[in-house]
Formats: sequence, structure tokens, C-alpha cells
Amino acid sequence: MPTDTHTTEQHKEYWRWQENHWHDESIDWREGAILSAGVDVGSVSSQAVVMVDGRLYAWSSRRTGSNSPNSARDAMTWAQEHTGMQVQDIHFIVGTGYGRVNVPFAHKAITEIHCHARGANFMYGNQVRTILDMGGQDCKAIRCDDKGKVVAFQMNDKCAAGTGRGMEVFADLLQVPIDQVGPMSLDVEQEPPPVSTTCVVFAKSEASGLLRQGWAKEKVLAAYCSAMAHRVFALLDRVGVEREFAITGGIAKNTGVVKRIERELGFESIKSGIDSQLAGALGAALFGHALEQRQRAKR
Amino acid sequence: MQAHHGYEDGSGRFYITIDSQRCNGCEACVAVCPAQVLVMIEEDPMEQVLVAAVSDEHRRKIKESCAPCKPTGHDSPTLPCVAACESVAIQHSW
Repeated sequence: MPTDTHTTEQHKEYWRWQENHWHDESIDWREGAILSAGVDVGSVSSQAVVMVDGRLYAWSSRRTGSNSPNSARDAMTWAQEHTGMQVQDIHFIVGTGYGRVNVPFAHKAITEIHCHARGANFMYGNQVRTILDMGGQDCKAIRCDDKGKVVAFQMNDKCAAGTGRGMEVFADLLQVPIDQVGPMSLDVEQEPPPVSTTCVVFAKSEASGLLRQGWAKEKVLAAYCSAMAHRVFALLDRVGVEREFAITGGIAKNTGVVKRIERELGFESIKSGIDSQLAGALGAALFGHALEQRQRAKR
Repeated sequence: MQAHHGYEDGSGRFYITIDSQRCNGCEACVAVCPAQVLVMIEEDPMEQVLVAAVSDEHRRKIKESCAPCKPTGHDSPTLPCVAACESVAIQHSW
């Protein structure tokens, strides 16, 4: 687990979210017929998922470094830690995310749109029709069918407004640990008007102004989460929302944004026991499994 | 698949919508685009069918990339990519 030596009381990194890894000890991967993996190298976070015969076996989720191939390798190594498995043991590896072409050990690169739809289908069940992926630096609205096949999509990756990176900047500005932003933003008696822009630069100065006016941190966070929810709602509008609806990516863990999106939609999103940040890598691993299966059938 | 390629920012919404079900893979739009905005990509990872899409490079700046072809005054010329598409799969939305 990477630690940062700069973390001191004076300079606490409020944005730092929990990196994690896990593997299922009840599965013996050596007995698996098809081992597949997905590596999702995003702009802010990277994930690796390993599947044994289409079952979730191991995963890792960590911050992306400055170099995509290394981030991909690190995520993979961390997912496989204490499993005795090597990268060479995996039959089919799929790379996805914005750094998908920079996964040196991948057999194929697949766009994150397809991977997210496929992953969400696995995580939330085949009743999911609309997926909102709120990533580190982009936001995607995807509509899919019961097999996780994409029917329509729209993404916005032009700027960090309304994304995970924007939220990190905000957590730092208000000195609130990022996992507490959601609960704190809901701790307001009355919903304040949203900040007028989600542009990180402008929202930052607007928030500073509000704090000077005497607004409580809770209220400023509520105004920002609300602006973010409103912005992504506009994105969903174009592709159309059909139930069931699910949110993936890091922001899915922020109840302040999720609750406000649900309020605008008028219904709740479905939740999964699997980490919402894994959707892309999970979909990639599922494609890896299907592609390996097809290759073997051809032989 | 209704693929909306593009972005939305402070100055507006800029999207090229490609209906991949209509796209017949003829590549005429790719050939005719003066800015090389369009590329052919795999529609479904499980099938090797190629359809037109906006390249990653141009997706974030299509407002600028497509500007030379856009109507400026009272004349409203048909955009080269839209005109080249026999199957009417391409739509510009700004």
C-alpha cells in the first residue's frame, strides 16, 4: 500500500480516498479452466479484476500514477498479491479506460463504454438499463439491454467539472475528508441553491466567497453536490433514463451527489455489494472470459 | 447504438450523433472529412463489425474541428460527412 510521507497534521490530504484490494480465498484458481482479467486505467484511478471461470476472484483499486503502463502493472500485481498467481497464468487480459492502449500485457483493448455496460450488468443484474458512470475526469451516460449491450451513450470528458477530480479539489478546499463529503452535505436543514457553476476553478472561488459570507461547510458542500447532480442530470437527459438505473465510478460512493440525482429523477438507483469503481475492469474481465471461450471453441 | 460523441461546456453542447445500426461501414464519411475527425471502430467487442465514430483526439474539440464546414451566414450547405452518408446515420447537433 503506497503511503505518502508528506501527510502531516499541517498538510492533511483530505482528497485521499481508500485504495483497496481483495481476493476470494474460497476459490482455488488453479482449478479454473478460464482465467480472465480486466485492467481499467482511468485518469484518476486504476483497477484490475481477475475472474476464474466468470466468477469474481480478485481485484484492486488504486490511484493512477503518472505513467499508464506502470499503473496497469501495479494494479494487476496488487490484485494478485498473496494469490500465487502470475500475469502469465491469465489466459485473456483486456485493457480499458483512457489508458487502455497503454496496458502492455493486454491481449485486447475495449472502450470503457462497452466495459461499463457489461460490468454493470454483472454487478446490478440484467434489469439495469441506464448507467451513469461518474469517473475521475469524465462522466458517461449509457443505456443498455438485458445482456449489457450498449444501446445509446453520451460522454463528457472535456473538463473535470462534475467529476471525481472536482470533488477531490473541493474536499481539499473545505478540509473535509472525501468520504465524509456526502454525509456532511446532507446535514443541512434546508437545501441551499446550487453553486452557479461546476467548473472546478470558478466553483472554488465561489465556495471561498460563500465561506467568507459565513456559510457553514455543510451548506457549501450541499450547494456543490447539488450543482454536480444537476449537471449530470442534463447528460442523462439526452440518452434518456429507463429503469433500472445505476451509478458507477467513485462518485457513486458520495451519498450527497447520489441522493440529489435520485431526487431529480424521482426514483432510487440500484446498489451493489461490489465496489462501484470496479465496473469498467469487471466488464473488461467478462469480455476477456467470453473472448477466450470463443477462441477455444474455434480451435 | 446511438453514439453521441462530443462534449458540453460553458459555450454550449457539441455533439455528433452516429446511429451505428444505420451505418453500413462504407467509410465514405471518413474519406470525405477534411479534418480527419471520423474513424472506423469495432461496434461490439464480440463482433468484428466496423462502424464510423469520432476519434478520441477530436471528440474533445469537435466545435473547432468541424467549424470550417459549418454554415456561416444565410447559406446552409450540407456538411460533407452528412452528405456522404448514404444511410443517413450522421447528425450534427449544434
